[in-house]
This record gives sequence, C-alpha cells and structure tokens, in this order.
Amino acid sequence: MYRGQSGQWSWLFHRVTGLGVLLFLLIHIVDITLVGFGPTVYDDALRVFSTGIVRLVSLALIAAVLYHAFNGVRIILIDFWPAAHKYQRPMFYGVLLLTIAGFIPMGFFVVAPIFGACPTGPNGCAPFLG
Amino acid sequence: MATSTSSPARRLVASYGAAAKPTAGGFETFSWYFLRISGVALIFLVIIHLLLMHVFNDVSATTYCFVAARYANPFWRAYDLLLLTLALPHGLNGLRLVSDDYIQRRGVRLAVVSTLFVAALLFWLMGSMTIITFQPVASAHC
Repeated sequence: MYRGQSGQWSWLFHRVTGLGVLLFLLIHIVDITLVGFGPTVYDDALRVFSTGIVRLVSLALIAAVLYHAFNGVRIILIDFWPAAHKYQRPMFYGVLLLTIAGFIPMGFFVVAPIFGACPTGPNGCAPFLG
Repeated sequence: MATSTSSPARRLVASYGAAAKPTAGGFETFSWYFLRISGVALIFLVIIHLLLMHVFNDVSATTYCFVAARYANPFWRAYDLLLLTLALPHGLNGLRLVSDDYIQRRGVRLAVVSTLFVAALLFWLMGSMTIITFQPVASAHC
C-alpha cells in the first residue's frame, strides 16, 4: 500500500476480490464434477450451499464478483480512454456505489431463506435445513 | 496515446490501479488484451450465472434434476463451457501476475507459473468433461 489513496485501495480490492473469486471457482469446478457421480452424491454434497453459513459466504462472493466486474470496467476505461485517468477517483466511487446497489437486492434473495422466506423464482426453495 | 511506460500519462495510469500495456508484443501483450476482453465477456456471463443460480432460482433448488433439465438444452452446456473456458485462464493468469509481484526468485516463479499452467489444464479438463459428458441417470426420477 502506498499512502492509502483511492487508486491504491481500488488496486488492492481488485486483487483481493480476484483471488477470492478464483479460489471459489476452483472449488466450484470440483463440486460440479460430483454431478457425474449421480443424484445422491451430488444432492447430498451440494446441500452445503443451502446452509446459513455458506449463504453468508456466498454474500462475500457476490460482493467480490460485483466489485471486480465494475472496477474492471473502470480499469479498461482508464486503459483505452486517455482522459479517463482524470476521473479515476469519481469512477472508483461509482464502482463502490454500483457494487452496493447490486449487492443489496442480490444479497436479499440469498439470505431470505435463512429467515424462512423464499422470494425466488418458479422452482421455489427447498425447506431450510440450517 | 502514450504507450511508453516512462511517459507521465502511463505512470499515472499505473498508480491508479490499472496496469500499463506491455509494449514488446508477444505473450505479455496477449495476456494484457486477454484479461480485458475475457473480462468484458465475463461481466455478463458471471452476473447472469449468479442471477440464475442465486436469485431467479434459490441455490437449494439447483439440484441434480435441475442440472438434468438445464443440460437437456445444449445452449446451457455451451454457456457453461464458455464461462469455464474464459474464467479459469482469466483467474489463473491474474494469479500469475500477482505471483510476479511477490516472488522475486526466478526459479521459484518458474515453478509457480508452471504449476498454475498445469492446474489450468487439469481444472479445465475436469470442468469441460463434466459439462460435455453429463447424462442424467434413470434412477434420479426427475
């Protein structure tokens, strides 16, 4: 970290969120491979994603993905639009705002089943097992 | 458009969290473009994937039978294959750049990057085989 200005924070967040999402991706490839072992193995193993603790971890994943995506756009704008570096700080605040704006509704759907609610689509929610 | 790393504009860019484009051509320039182009595609692929698996369907409903119904349509197999094929090298190439920053010894860096390359290959094979070969078993009663 160098003097902790917005550009440094955006860089650090981009790195940490990228590493976090990569870690999840590697785990996710392994867990999806279980689908080849049949319905019992797959459904038993992936039930863990419906538990309260892993739902909370999923919140971190969603926040990380959204930040990394929006800040990625900011980086690309700075790369390809020469004047953009002048707006890097307001764009960083825009990235944070968009991340929060996307995170709140998505997080609501992820967390609601912990409290017995199921505000979701046609397939509904399985009974919450903790 | 300033392209030299020594130009004031480029040094500013580097201090704002973006990385200057490598100018020598070759793999590093390809890597720089790949991260950005795959990144733009992944914004859509990943956010749509998240919405489908955590918002429009609750994660508890994404069961074996859900996968079977979804993979009856080749579009979703192609979608997931594209997602895998872009996300895995995007992430592992990112990790390679991070390791370049922190690992000073050349031999160690070579070992790490080689490991990342093999990991990319193995995880890609694992994922793509799962996506391509999945056939629901009759005993699933979907």
